[in-house]
Amino acid sequence: MFKFLQNKKTRSDFLTYALVILAFIVVSFLKDAGMIPRMIAGQLVPICAYIVMAISLNLVVGVAGDLSLGHAGFMSVGAYSGIVAAMSLSEAIPNDTVRLVIALIVGAACAALAGFLIGIPVLRLSGDYLAIVTLAFGEIIKEVVTCLIVGVDERGLHVLFNLTGKLTVDNLGLSETGVAIIKGAQGASGTDMISTLFAGFVLVMVALVIVLNLVRSRTGRAILAVRDNRIAAESVGISTTKYRMIAFVVSAALAGAAGALFGNSFSQLSATKFDFNMSILILVFVVLGGLGNMRGSIIAATILTILPEALRQFSDYRMLVYAIVLILVMIGTNNDSLKNLVARVIPKRKTSEEEVSADA
Amino acid sequence: MTVFLQYLVNGLSMGSVYAIIALGYTMVYGIAKMLNFAHGDVIMIGAYISFVVTSYMGLPAIVSVIAAVAVCTALGILIEGLAYKPLRQAGPLAVLITAIGVSYFLQNAAQLIWGATPKNFTSIVSFPVPAFLKAYNVSAVSLVTVIACLLIMAGLMWFTGKTKMGKAMRAVSEDKAAAQLMGINVNRTISMTFAIGSALAAIAGVLLCSYSPVLQPTTGSMPGIKAFTAAVFGGIGSIPGAFVGGILLGIIEAMAQAYISTSLANSIVFGVLIVVLLVKPAGLFGKYVPEKV
Amino acid sequence: MSCLTGKSFNPVMNRRSVIAGVAGLGAVGILAGCSGNESEGGSTAAADDGSAFKIGAIGPLTGSAASYGTSVCNGVELACKDFSTDDLKFVSKSEDDVADGEKSVNAFNSLADWGMQALVGPTTTGASLAVAEVANQDPQMFMITPSASSPDVTADKTCVFQACFNDPNQGANAATKLAEMFPDEKFVVFYNSGDTYSSGIRDAFVAKAEELKLNIVDEETFKDDSATSFTNQLTKAKDAGATMIFAPIYYTPASVLLANANEMGYDVKMMGCDGMDGILGVEGFDTSLAEGLYLMTPFSADEEKNADFVAAYKDAYDEVPDQFAADAYDAVHAVSLALAEAGLGADADPADVAAKLPEAMTKITVEGLTGTLTWNDKGEVEKDPMVYVIKDGKYVAA
Repeated sequence: MFKFLQNKKTRSDFLTYALVILAFIVVSFLKDAGMIPRMIAGQLVPICAYIVMAISLNLVVGVAGDLSLGHAGFMSVGAYSGIVAAMSLSEAIPNDTVRLVIALIVGAACAALAGFLIGIPVLRLSGDYLAIVTLAFGEIIKEVVTCLIVGVDERGLHVLFNLTGKLTVDNLGLSETGVAIIKGAQGASGTDMISTLFAGFVLVMVALVIVLNLVRSRTGRAILAVRDNRIAAESVGISTTKYRMIAFVVSAALAGAAGALFGNSFSQLSATKFDFNMSILILVFVVLGGLGNMRGSIIAATILTILPEALRQFSDYRMLVYAIVLILVMIGTNNDSLKNLVARVIPKRKTSEEEVSADA
Repeated sequence: MTVFLQYLVNGLSMGSVYAIIALGYTMVYGIAKMLNFAHGDVIMIGAYISFVVTSYMGLPAIVSVIAAVAVCTALGILIEGLAYKPLRQAGPLAVLITAIGVSYFLQNAAQLIWGATPKNFTSIVSFPVPAFLKAYNVSAVSLVTVIACLLIMAGLMWFTGKTKMGKAMRAVSEDKAAAQLMGINVNRTISMTFAIGSALAAIAGVLLCSYSPVLQPTTGSMPGIKAFTAAVFGGIGSIPGAFVGGILLGIIEAMAQAYISTSLANSIVFGVLIVVLLVKPAGLFGKYVPEKV
Repeated sequence: MSCLTGKSFNPVMNRRSVIAGVAGLGAVGILAGCSGNESEGGSTAAADDGSAFKIGAIGPLTGSAASYGTSVCNGVELACKDFSTDDLKFVSKSEDDVADGEKSVNAFNSLADWGMQALVGPTTTGASLAVAEVANQDPQMFMITPSASSPDVTADKTCVFQACFNDPNQGANAATKLAEMFPDEKFVVFYNSGDTYSSGIRDAFVAKAEELKLNIVDEETFKDDSATSFTNQLTKAKDAGATMIFAPIYYTPASVLLANANEMGYDVKMMGCDGMDGILGVEGFDTSLAEGLYLMTPFSADEEKNADFVAAYKDAYDEVPDQFAADAYDAVHAVSLALAEAGLGADADPADVAAKLPEAMTKITVEGLTGTLTWNDKGEVEKDPMVYVIKDGKYVAA
């Protein structure tokens, strides 16, 4: 009956799905029983968003081999378009769940579009230069979003682009019943907090299914081939730009959905939240979890989001400890002599398994 | 016209600060092939050391610069030895993340030592500027910065071109393994690069804070990122490239703020960077190395 | 040339290294969890045995806004000591939010786990907007922010109060004062377009200035990530012929602005708002630069009636208190009076506090450091703005 599980890769994928489902069941059970401290309970939805961010960035960095330092930009696009969608439909669709689903889809679509437009110039480059250009686009998105003023009333959406910095919400000319959704530099405020843990869980599962199936498909093998040897891939007729673009756009769309989930879980959100540091944070999840390893990304995103909060009792030393842990973990997992030491203590298992996890 | 020249001078002054930081970035990148994101924070440490020496110990400015250079050099070697050396064989992403860890560490250590409240850095250079220059907003700090920047660039070009150590650095940059076979101590050469890069960071820190007086643990972050952009702009790894990139970045930023929009100035800077990279994928002065099979 | 090209970074992470990494992280987490009960993390002013009323404080204690959060948390801690009586002891705990909404909600939840009964915070507007919404949800938590000045913070929330002026108030007050004092100057408004506080005051100021026929010749903006130099903006303002700057900005960028103007030889008058208070306390600041600077702030460290507080604060934290610390101190003062008014004790349930304090708040009058404070039922404070001018390195009433 479970014959398909004989394939090692499939087995590994289903193990990942099972882990996520199990974690969700355990967490929701504990949450209903009131056994989770508020500090953790409040973080559950953001953690889901971070997990999706990590999975999507892993697709670009780990699977396609392009280092992106501007991933937070797509999250920002998704967050703001998602918030606008959810808020402007609050009259038309009173049901929170339906609105959230629409917000996630709108967020994903807008971010995918942004990913495609940015991908055209960016994917002409590679290596460090690609990294810098993605960083540059991330910063540009941040500044452009800061200039947006958006409001809604019964006549529809009103959007202003505040180039001089002198326009305010009043310039929108909203009617009495109108609501300002994004107030330029002040960001979005007064957002309904409609994201739920269940929605977060579903989004994580959707992201996993999309990414893992993409990686295992013909397209995924082409992307891997491009990553491993671009010239060889080209010589056998694989269009490198096309496949890198597929990875880039899918990743942007998932990041947009994650952004929409994130944005609709707080009542206030400034554009400066999605800065270079946020991109780096997501990259840290991916690298610590293992390049190409989706299960690793999920675990790393979860632990590293909770860690700074769990370190609160170190008070002033909190971020110092976090930095030291980060450095030590990187050295511990990457230093050859340390690795050999570990290898001698714990005898190596079958090497074939490692290949699986490297690609999973 | 006068106003235009004033903007140009403002841009030049800020640009030469970026240029000095970018020179440090480019040195480390050119030889160690790593993006040292902690560079901006070494700048901040340098500025703090200078502040402590002048304000708390009451010593003259020049002593504070020497102290800052000494401390940052030592710090650079220490960071390289403890955090980057163990990762010499590891993938570049691991090194990148470690550099970010070091950056967090330095910022938080600085906050624990000197507190979160910003300090006001008193400019270490003050002499009367000739009246004809004063009319164009030229300040003493700007003059010193531009001159220091030119001297440092000339010095670095001489060092990497003529001295034995400099040649060793270039050899390591070309091919680590071959350099090792030629009897070059690769580890020592890389340590030396970090020492030089960090010494430059100290000077940059003092000049940055003389120009913009607020000193706090996050002071180095944004100038660090901008200078990094400048280095890429000019072609990362290239010494004249970092200089030109820094100056251009400063001028573009000033002009964008003056004539387009202060809110979008950074976007315009980054936009120009993107266009430059699309036309010249290795930056203005970078060597484009075609991929070999 | 490039070190990060696809080839050189194939996935090299094997399963063992991932496990090792995750295990390492986990170990730290467990370590952190174990040590939780021993140290109280934040600052504790009195014994933590349930006999004291627990006040939480939130503010950025790290990052670029850290000085403001530190002031607020210090102010709360000092106030908890001062307003503790034999009947009702106060104990405080401070949490860091890096001036970020998400982190602030985490800090809030963490404090709620600790048993917080009322919140004095968060410090920054963005974070306060995020937390206020959570505090207003079931189970409610009483919150009074010492320094978040947007009217949105208190709007439509029953248990959220403000101890500082709100932005529209302050902007309009500033325009009125300037119209009285300097009707003939040409003004430039200089503000941080990336900051809620700064742009909020600017909007109200410009609206009121139009009404009062103030001559605004130019407006200049900056953002946090370009706050290193303002020479370009100043060059523009000078070119436009501005003779006075109205700068609703915090004191850190203000010190850059003053230094740049001085360097350029631009002789210009300047007025700031409460966020600029504290500029004289910046270590190493050449106070002669601030000579003649006008400030509209409710608090002055040089005023006679505040001498005790200033001395105690200096004693404890080795710094001159700024308006953030004073507002936080007054906020705790208000909580202590309102608790007495509502007849609640140290063992009050947080939800009970949130239900009863709002009504009590509208009845009390606080004779505080920042003037005489009363609250309306929207949660907004009413107090008189004062204009000070800096003379010989001291704040003097103008």
